[in-house]
Amino acid sequence: MTLRSELLVAGVRRERRAASLSGWLDRQSVFSWLMMAPPLLFLAALVGYPFCYGILLSLQDRPVAHPGTFVGLRNFAANFNDPIFWQVTANTFLYTAAATVLKMVGGLALAVAMNQQFPLKNLVRALLLLPFIVPTVLSTVAWMWILDPAFSVLNWFLLALGVPKPGPSWLGNPVLAMGSIIVINTWRGLPFYGITLLAGLQTVPPELYEAATIDGASGWQRFRFVTLPLLQPIILIVTLFSVIFTFADFQLVYVLTHGGPQNATQLFATYAFDIAMGAGQLGRGASVALAMFPALVLLIAALTIYMRRT
Amino acid sequence: MITGHGPVQRALRLWLPVGFFMIVALFPFYWMAVTSLKPNAELYNRHMMPLLVLHPTLKHYVDLLTQTSFLLWTWNTMLVAVVSTGISLVLGVMLAYPLARMRFAGAGLIAMTVAAIYLVPQPLLFIPLADVINRLGLGNTLTSVILTYPTMLVPFCAWLLLGYFKTVPMELEEAARIDGASRLQTMRRIFLPLCTPGFISAGIFAFTLSQNEFLYALIFLTKSSVRTVPVGVIAELIRGDVFYWGQLMAGALLGSIPVAIIYSFFVEHYVAGLTSGSVKG
Repeated sequence: MTLRSELLVAGVRRERRAASLSGWLDRQSVFSWLMMAPPLLFLAALVGYPFCYGILLSLQDRPVAHPGTFVGLRNFAANFNDPIFWQVTANTFLYTAAATVLKMVGGLALAVAMNQQFPLKNLVRALLLLPFIVPTVLSTVAWMWILDPAFSVLNWFLLALGVPKPGPSWLGNPVLAMGSIIVINTWRGLPFYGITLLAGLQTVPPELYEAATIDGASGWQRFRFVTLPLLQPIILIVTLFSVIFTFADFQLVYVLTHGGPQNATQLFATYAFDIAMGAGQLGRGASVALAMFPALVLLIAALTIYMRRT
Repeated sequence: MITGHGPVQRALRLWLPVGFFMIVALFPFYWMAVTSLKPNAELYNRHMMPLLVLHPTLKHYVDLLTQTSFLLWTWNTMLVAVVSTGISLVLGVMLAYPLARMRFAGAGLIAMTVAAIYLVPQPLLFIPLADVINRLGLGNTLTSVILTYPTMLVPFCAWLLLGYFKTVPMELEEAARIDGASRLQTMRRIFLPLCTPGFISAGIFAFTLSQNEFLYALIFLTKSSVRTVPVGVIAELIRGDVFYWGQLMAGALLGSIPVAIIYSFFVEHYVAGLTSGSVKG
């Protein structure tokens, strides 16, 4: 509220209501905290408490359905000496980096292509977003069938093009399996980049392009020196968002490869799941999940501060 | 971008890339549909052209609906999505309204905290949460997911609504205040009815996120009767090493349809939320 109207309102209110309960409830701070108390308590109970409890668990030897014993940093030491843990770390960083670059480049291309006038544009935009809104598990099952070892439709085409039988084993070969999860993550996330960047492109004033054209800028130069600088804040936010959720991805890998073959596609989230839910080692599992924390803290802090500023 | 002049240029600049993106984006859905309609004889015949169905059949759909608990899973998924979306919208408003309209010490800190919680991915919390749910005796109840989904949806709705609330002009509320309405009355009778588009955006997002959720449902719901569609499909349509691809694809397609229908009605709200919620905050 503007200061003047606020003063006016406050003055009128003082006349009407004495220092009563309703007057107290009408104070901005009292009203605000009373209103926010239920959601804040809810979040404290089901996010804040589990988070702290997770840290405690990571310091315990805690088989499922047994009481835990405090072991200090032994779980973290076990991670440190576990070659699979380091493979998981490398996998997660590779997966995140590769998928992010693909989504960013592809998303930019999609946005630029869509930023033209053509019939049925809204319908096309709606259809292009489908991979992003359909439940990930269900679309991943479709990909699993596309890449099936015996009946892959992709290999049917490759064989028709002359690739020797039986064609690539997409999920059985470690390198191809990693490539597959990167491509499928890109397939799912690219529309989010594309449509968000498209919204950003549409806010670029056409006069800027006209001015650049008059100054003799080529198409690439217009893109490089007009479009990209103006899109930079949106690109940054979208990228941070997608990095956070790609880094902690679970569903896609769990469904498609279960982390295999030989842990080639195992990520932090799926490895923590295997240890905690498969092997029943809650403490060790919690320590693997917490290994994501340092990177996530940096990303979340960067994004939160950036969003507050803009 | 400056559009090209000749039809060839237009085809190269527009239809080639747009067509490419469309084919890549939609092929898996086409493949789901084709597979779900094929009889097994065609499905597992490597010599036939796979993109077409010669003798379409609804057998896989009939089997899915009669031999598995798919309808029950669908009901569970809907129930959980609707209830947790409702809870999240109410709690989200309770956070967003004071943050958008009131001045009080600590508002900035709370807004930062909400944004940060929104960005915490579930894999960081699922192990301790599983233990909490067990201790509460909520394992294998829909309550377990109805209670935990809002942990991601509330901060999300609050953040999206906060952005929306700030765009609503304040004159009506000021007028109501001058007329003697309390803050609660002003909020409920004057302000909230103005915000329907914001609620639709946040509601659709929350609904699709609940339908999409997998990790908590996988851990908390291990009995067939309480499962949601994603978990049911993964846990029960894949039996050991045997894949019933026809049924799986029928299930994947049917499971996607509710989200797709709701989305198709509110595409503009969805896109507006996507761009304002994440980008402008």
